[in-house]
Amino acid sequence: MNWTYTELMTVAAARLLDDEDVCFVGIGLPSAACNLARLTHAPRITLVYESGTIGTRPGVLPLSIGDGELCETALSTVSVPEIFRYWLQGGRISVGFLGAAQIDRHCNLNSTVVGAYNKPRVKLPGAGGAPEIASSCREVFVVLPQSPRAFVARLDFVTSFGHGEGGDHRARLGLATKGPTKVITDLCILEPDPDTKELAVTSLHPGVSADQVRAATGWPVHFAAQVGETAPPTDNELAVMRDLHRRTAEAHGAVEVA
Amino acid sequence: MARFCSLPEAIAAAVADGDTVAMEGFTHLIPFAAGHEVIRQGRRDLTLIRMTPDLLYDQMIGAGCASRLVFSWGGNPGVGSLHRLRDAVENDWPRPLALEEHSHGAMANAYAAGAAGLPVAVFRGYQGTQLAEVNPHIRSVTCPFTGETLAAVPALRPDVAVIHAQKADREGNVMIEGILGVQKEAVLAAARAVVTVEEVVDGFAGSHPNACILPHWTVAAIAVVPGGAFPSYAQGYYRRSNAFYRSWDGVSRERESFQAWLERDVMGAGPEAFAVHATRVA
Repeated sequence: MNWTYTELMTVAAARLLDDEDVCFVGIGLPSAACNLARLTHAPRITLVYESGTIGTRPGVLPLSIGDGELCETALSTVSVPEIFRYWLQGGRISVGFLGAAQIDRHCNLNSTVVGAYNKPRVKLPGAGGAPEIASSCREVFVVLPQSPRAFVARLDFVTSFGHGEGGDHRARLGLATKGPTKVITDLCILEPDPDTKELAVTSLHPGVSADQVRAATGWPVHFAAQVGETAPPTDNELAVMRDLHRRTAEAHGAVEVA
Repeated sequence: MARFCSLPEAIAAAVADGDTVAMEGFTHLIPFAAGHEVIRQGRRDLTLIRMTPDLLYDQMIGAGCASRLVFSWGGNPGVGSLHRLRDAVENDWPRPLALEEHSHGAMANAYAAGAAGLPVAVFRGYQGTQLAEVNPHIRSVTCPFTGETLAAVPALRPDVAVIHAQKADREGNVMIEGILGVQKEAVLAAARAVVTVEEVVDGFAGSHPNACILPHWTVAAIAVVPGGAFPSYAQGYYRRSNAFYRSWDGVSRERESFQAWLERDVMGAGPEAFAVHATRVA
């Protein structure tokens, strides 16, 4: 089957998850990836959405973080203060999935503003749960399409702390969690160097050249000593993902138009 | 002691110019009808608190009700920007809007602290972020037992909390089911609370012993407004109109199309206009 790089990005993210994971899931690509994992190789995975739904098994992807489908299919639904206090801050989440408008070489994330905060060129939606997802989950996967506008040398604003200035910066702030361990884009997979914590490309998607990745990155991007090739999506992964997106489009289109 | 009254009466008695108002509901049970009533009554200079400002505060900000926004995520979920919020922040239209920007974790803790009668919320968060540089309310405290540095934000203590719920009984006790958000905390943190409900029932007999019920003596006024959470949803009553959320992107993008919508669907309508959306889910 033919596939797109956006589809491979979702598939590659899904493959990082397993049955033992407890995932704090954001809307959009993370939600698609987590549910694809659940519908393929990780049927026992626990998905937690910040609206308070624990162990939810939606049949279609939610448009918003608190759609009724999430509550109706959840093991339990708790209040928003409880989900952030007991479950996220309490250290119960193994993987947090984050997107962002901008990322830098040390995996710090901006979802607050483009331009100066007090004179914004674009006011972005803001932090949401991200700062504490980045600090409290045992590790964090970042998913976003790669472009020079998103992969920048210097963030306009640090909304969520990744590895700060690199090295042991997390430990110096008292953070015992791993922080971002993988960045999945539509071109490649990047991982922080074990010591410097600077991102390096560890896997190129099929047909993607190193120069393409360099051109889409706003800093002189590093490559690991051994760069692998991401396995293309399987027919089963594609079929399940496309079916999920089709059901989702039907469900979201089936409500009355205002 | 909850008083049953019309929505215009409830809002007129509870919300005054300059008040700090929290209208909560996390995707679910967002009190749109009540917000539209605040717009119709011409309230100004409000400090609006809400974790996810959503379409409701986009509408109230565009209508000129607010001078300050306390929030943690201001987008149209799954769709894109809140254009009226952005126009206010980026261009001061229709008036300047001061921002107090937090994370969800901070807001949730701050409501819980307000409900608990504390002056401050203490939690583990904000490490390494720049939000504290632009929000002087984000500070830290040292744990007196372990020495750990913890984040501290002031408790949220709104003048008014406004929520939508599925049911009230005849005594004015209020039941919320499904995704609970921070509504219980917002009501208990506020000086007074207004609740709109889908319906009034004789009693809550047979409900689960752990059901989320706000006793009538925690609520100032209840107005029955079927469909009052549209285009968000009421679990067990009607679904979220994702189509409306998507269409809002076009309606709100330009000032002219927004104002035409405001005149027709808010200024030229009343709470009863929401009833058409209250069809029960099969």
